[in-house]
Amino acid sequence: MAIVREQDTIAAIATALSPSGIGIVRISGPEAFAVADKVFRKGMKAENGGDNSVVNGTSAPSPVSGFASHTVHYGYIVDLQNGRTIDEVLMLVLKAPRTYTREDTIEIDCHGGVLVTKRVLEAVLAAGARLAEPGEFTRRAYLNGRIDLSQAEAVAGIIGAKNELALKNSVRQLRGREREEITLIRGEILREIAQIEATLDDPEHLSFDGFDEVLSTQTTDHLRRIRKMIDTSEDGRKMSEGIRTVIVGRPNAGKSSLLNALLKEDRAIVTEIAGTTRDTLTEEVRMRGITLLLVDTAGIRATDDTVERIGVERAKQAAADADLILWVVDSSAPMDDNDRAILASCAGKPMIALLNKSDLPTVTDAAALRAVMENAGQAFAESDANGPERTPKQGNAPADMSAPIAISAKTSEGLEELEERITSMFFAERIAADDECVITSERHKQALLAAEGSLLRVQDSMASGMPEDFYTIDLTAAYEALGTILGEEPDEDVINMIFSEFCLGK
Amino acid sequence: MNIPEYMCESYDVAVIGAGHAGCEAALACARLGCETIVFMVSADTIALMPCNPNIGGTSKGHLVRELDALGGEMGRNIDKTYIQSKMLNISKGPAVHSLRAQADKQRYTASMRKVMENQDHLTLKQAEVAELLWEDCGDGTKKVTGVKIASGGIYPCKAVILCSGVYLNARCIFGEVSQYTGPNGLPRATMLTDSLVKAGLEVLRFKTGTPARIDGRTVDYDAMTVQNGDNPVVPFSFENRPEDIAREQIPCYLTYTNENTHEIIRENIDRSPLFSGDIKGTGPRYCPSIEDKVVRFPEKDRHQVFIEPEGEYTNEVYLSGLSSSLPEEVQIRMYRSIRGLEHAKIVRNAYAIEYDCLKATQLKPSLESKQIHGFFSAGQSNGSSGYEEAAAQGLIAGINAARLLQGKKPVVLDRSQGYIGVLIDDLVTKETREPYRMMTSRAEYRLLLRQDNADLRLTEIGHEVGLISEERYQKFLEKKENIASELRRLNETILGASENVCEYLRSINTAIIHTGTSLAELLRRPEMTYEQLAPLDSDRKELASDVIEQVEIEIKYEGYIERQRQQVEHFKKLERKRLPEDLDYTAIPSLRLEARQKLQQLRPMNVGQASRISGVSPADISVLLVWLANVSRGTSASDPEETEN
Repeated sequence: MAIVREQDTIAAIATALSPSGIGIVRISGPEAFAVADKVFRKGMKAENGGDNSVVNGTSAPSPVSGFASHTVHYGYIVDLQNGRTIDEVLMLVLKAPRTYTREDTIEIDCHGGVLVTKRVLEAVLAAGARLAEPGEFTRRAYLNGRIDLSQAEAVAGIIGAKNELALKNSVRQLRGREREEITLIRGEILREIAQIEATLDDPEHLSFDGFDEVLSTQTTDHLRRIRKMIDTSEDGRKMSEGIRTVIVGRPNAGKSSLLNALLKEDRAIVTEIAGTTRDTLTEEVRMRGITLLLVDTAGIRATDDTVERIGVERAKQAAADADLILWVVDSSAPMDDNDRAILASCAGKPMIALLNKSDLPTVTDAAALRAVMENAGQAFAESDANGPERTPKQGNAPADMSAPIAISAKTSEGLEELEERITSMFFAERIAADDECVITSERHKQALLAAEGSLLRVQDSMASGMPEDFYTIDLTAAYEALGTILGEEPDEDVINMIFSEFCLGK
Repeated sequence: MNIPEYMCESYDVAVIGAGHAGCEAALACARLGCETIVFMVSADTIALMPCNPNIGGTSKGHLVRELDALGGEMGRNIDKTYIQSKMLNISKGPAVHSLRAQADKQRYTASMRKVMENQDHLTLKQAEVAELLWEDCGDGTKKVTGVKIASGGIYPCKAVILCSGVYLNARCIFGEVSQYTGPNGLPRATMLTDSLVKAGLEVLRFKTGTPARIDGRTVDYDAMTVQNGDNPVVPFSFENRPEDIAREQIPCYLTYTNENTHEIIRENIDRSPLFSGDIKGTGPRYCPSIEDKVVRFPEKDRHQVFIEPEGEYTNEVYLSGLSSSLPEEVQIRMYRSIRGLEHAKIVRNAYAIEYDCLKATQLKPSLESKQIHGFFSAGQSNGSSGYEEAAAQGLIAGINAARLLQGKKPVVLDRSQGYIGVLIDDLVTKETREPYRMMTSRAEYRLLLRQDNADLRLTEIGHEVGLISEERYQKFLEKKENIASELRRLNETILGASENVCEYLRSINTAIIHTGTSLAELLRRPEMTYEQLAPLDSDRKELASDVIEQVEIEIKYEGYIERQRQQVEHFKKLERKRLPEDLDYTAIPSLRLEARQKLQQLRPMNVGQASRISGVSPADISVLLVWLANVSRGTSASDPEETEN
């Protein structure tokens, strides 16, 4: 039990398992170089193309430990079982302590491809490395003093970030306003606790006269500030998970071609989010800075081409829990009752009207559409994603928000403008105020909610005339809840949660 | 130094000192069947109260009730010898109610002496212990083999409990005068410190003090506010009922210092050895001398002074709040500047006392030394202050010395079980730089650690240890059952919203009910008492007042109690994470340097204790948690969570 450091050597694939680019297998631990010695053959150029060529023993294993640190080596990975070459690779040799884990580290860059990368990993495991658990590299970096817990948490955020905005926020996490604000509130709560306890212990020199009034004011202030942070978590969710978006429009308006255009626009992988049923299939689209979660795309596909099924009804349903509605209007045809019904059913939601088929002769133009919208009482300027209490986020030009955007799902015209519109609609303030921190972590949000609950109970205690020493129970709970965000309240569950957020290979 | 040595009889346990810690330690050992000898400076000063004439007070009262629940003697002894008793802080919540009783000092001492003298397996011996005897175990640790007294006698024994109070190299100081004695002119112990240092123990020098005693005939009580005791009183011991110990009580009096007093102190402050630098020992911040208070609270134009009788046997009174080490002539002027004390005559002047004590972080939570097997320490020798703190440690050290010899696991209370747990954890974990005094604020879970439920919290443990009689235990179980069944009944008895019920509720100024409501729900209303419910509660059984008290508190504060219990659950998670005894902290690179050094030196038992060491940050604790998780992952056979304490 006395030996502290984990002495084994771990390995994992550090890149996403996808059929493109390169794949990286990372090895870390005291035996990393010995493992590399067994599987790596330096510069052994097989004349006949390499693949599946047999190593005939003419080239001895290279002593990797002899290589200079932070150098790249060209060579091959071989299968120990049969001596065959698995892949042609570049190998990075990184000597402790100047590595991510502060241990000896090898990174093998192989030719992407799920199968090849997996076979390289298998060879490395066969040579004595153990498959790393999710987050184990980072846990080692942490245990070896390379990073602290909040950095580890930020690393998890960076990995999980789905777009540039979320990434930016992760990097900023707990460095800016959030940490500062929580530290301030927490300090004030501690002073309140200390004052109660000091007064209990020294009633001769200290008294509770007027304390309730002061505490009441302070608690109200804490609650206001904590709620403000909780409110940003909604933005945080939209930023990190994506904006729940519903495409509505009457049949043949072009919903499905818009969907396809958006999906095509996405420069990364499109995933069908796990756990969703066929009925409510959600697809994820990244548009540079933001992520859209397109809800109920299955519905669009099912109904749009087959004739006349619903439209209105579905729009109503989907609109209920959407952050954003994209209303597709066929500009080459006149508005009809169907359009108006859909419009009415989405009242009160942030909506962007899209005049589709801009490549065809215009029948319904922006002005006409606007008139219908104004008629329907759809006041876009007030329609805000965040409920009545929050200030609208329309940025500098609120009028623009209601302007329909002309698009062509066919030619992708107008998609860029759409993206800009969505960005300014949801994150205008965030983008403007660079140091503002948004709560993106569910864990942080839960802790803030717990602190809020405890402070409300302090107010209850005051209202019901409880003796002052009772306040400390809930003040302490609020203090500790806020502390879990800062890492000031060590808790194994929290730590496990942080490291479990990592994927394999980090 | 050339006194010939000679062998005396062997004992299981030797206790050094018969003050409040020594008495509890010796009685516990003897009652648990160990042949025990207790050495004392004078057989006439067993359980002496050389300072304040009372037992209990804020948070200290909790300690005494807990000690009683575990089978200690202090509660019973003060119940026999009190002359006034009062529950403090009753205007505040039940968590901070605290019992305090004025003692007749002479009877307190005499009564404890009788108990000690008549205890089986216990031998009393007036002698100064000069040396701790030990042998090397060969693995870097040592083992106690006995003690040697100043006259050369060697007493072999298997365990030693140091309860030396303030006697080690004591020096009493007032003004420019130094007297090389223990308190009250009693002989001091000059040899033992060197022996402890030779055995490898680290020693600190602390300071405390006491106010003057005044001839009661020279006090003008008419100029003061009278302070009477409660009627009926709450006994300290759970064995006693209020009516068993009822007696006529003697009043205390309250007066105040004034600007004139403070001026006299300020003018002469440079003559106080505390400020002149003559006293090097560290004094208690929370039991300050009057000169400390005047310096620290310059804005206060007066401080409280309680006039407390020393007992029925004497006219001497104690001036609580006026501890001082100023020169005697300044003391006279200072005291006489106070209203009601204008003609006061000092019988014994105030003084400060300096003494050697152990650095308590050398001890395990069982109060056994980490380096010397079988060596325990309790009370002021661990850097605490106060009779109650001493007694509580004495009891735990005594229990654990006996259990060590009997091959049993030590009894360790954690911070959620009692003030005793808080006290000992603080002493052995935090590097105390001044005499440690128990305070309410030190107990995180005080709503659960009330003085009224000390028996419910700890009798079970006391019984299992063997210090609670079967008869008392049966009574305890009965009380527990009565509380449980009454709680059940109040929760299950539903009142209909009849006109009669509503009329009564209106008559006692509380809201009427509209649907069926349980008695418990009504009792939960802040303005409602158990007593007031009586007319609505015809099935009510006659219950003892302490049962009713528990029922009321449990129902009224249910939500708070529940939330505090959740906090305790959270706290226990870290307490259960044991740290390997041979863990090499220097090999965990992510710990900060200071934390590495502190952990290596203090070797905490679990992660919870580690988190309370100053210099160990929350980030370091997270590192330990991740490290432990890694260890258990690597060696899944040994789960570090398996054992508690």
